[in-house]
Amino acid sequence: MTDNVVALPSEEQFQARIDAEEKIEPKDWMPEKYRQTLIRQISQHAHSEVIGEQPEGNWISRAPTLERKAILLAKVQDEAGHGLYLYSAAETLGITREELIDRLHKGTSKYASIFNYPSITWADIGAIGWLVDSAAIVNQVSLQNTSYGPYARAMVRICKEESFHQRQGYHIMMTLMEGSDEQKAMAQDSVNRWWWPALMMFGPHDGESAHSAQNMKWKIKRRANDDLRQQFVDQAVQQAHAIGLEVPDPDLKWNEERGHYDFGAIDWAEFERVVSGNGPCNRQRLAHHVKAHEEGAWVREAMAAYDAKRRARKANVA
Amino acid sequence: MSDHMQLYEVFIRSRRGLDHKHVGSLHADDPEQALEYARDVYTRRSEGVSIWVVASKDITASQESDCESFYDPLDDKPYRHASMYEMPEGVDSL
Repeated sequence: MTDNVVALPSEEQFQARIDAEEKIEPKDWMPEKYRQTLIRQISQHAHSEVIGEQPEGNWISRAPTLERKAILLAKVQDEAGHGLYLYSAAETLGITREELIDRLHKGTSKYASIFNYPSITWADIGAIGWLVDSAAIVNQVSLQNTSYGPYARAMVRICKEESFHQRQGYHIMMTLMEGSDEQKAMAQDSVNRWWWPALMMFGPHDGESAHSAQNMKWKIKRRANDDLRQQFVDQAVQQAHAIGLEVPDPDLKWNEERGHYDFGAIDWAEFERVVSGNGPCNRQRLAHHVKAHEEGAWVREAMAAYDAKRRARKANVA
Repeated sequence: MSDHMQLYEVFIRSRRGLDHKHVGSLHADDPEQALEYARDVYTRRSEGVSIWVVASKDITASQESDCESFYDPLDDKPYRHASMYEMPEGVDSL
């Protein structure tokens, strides 16, 4: 009885609590579907943080200056930390870390598709920090109000740290745009490649998203995909133009009446292709994670052996 | 050493959605008793919706006197703070 005891647990009471903007905490009664949806969403989020280390890690040894290298290292370290916050939040729902990793490796649990694109130039590190992390922030800020307490609290912690990620990315772009023609071209090329995948991060149009209505009712999701996407476009276009970058969308136009940018159609066929495993780097990303996990097995075994030995020694003394 | 009236640390969640926060400690013979005492001592005016009690001896804590060496590796990285990056004027949402 460490948490509130609900007298007669029922879906009605559960919904009433959510409607009253109260959080659901780990030991509360909750519908099984709510639990499973959260496990799926939080673990997908956790996997994204961890898999996202790969395209960035690719440039740690080749960062242009020692300072950029230190910054990139610190950022990748943060991503690992974010993964940890989120795995821990998922574990409060009664699933183990091992099961979560196993689902990732079997492909039954996904991660953000954006990380299936390669980081082929230094400017991509700028674009990831600026565009990918900006898109993530827009989504995560809305999730600070998600109905599940541990997830909401993890989001607050993560959002605090993300602002550094976004700024260091924009700073890389800004610096390139103040450089030679070649550097400017590199920055522009990178935006050309990352822009559309960043827009896809918000997911399908809400009408076509299978779980949207229920997740909104349960307040797992707080704002519509298209809403969040529009906010991202509005702020990113302004940021791009401020440093002389173009957005690769011939249909992009300020709409005075709406007070928003109109933008072109997203290539959903590409989105489907990448989500279903056939993006440029899907196999590489997963294979690398499996390899790192397997090669780290001896460390986990050694730690367990050491722990067992220490316990035995303590028991002998006592 | 007898286990009689051990020290327990008390953590209270004042409202759903918030973290449990340390509020103080008390003596009790077992965790259940500690929980009841905590209710009586720390939540007489509906201060909480959930209480955690943890035997003080089970808490491993860092020492303030070790602060310098313990946190040293984290102190010389100003680039972890967003405020280190100067942004051009007129750019929003960064």
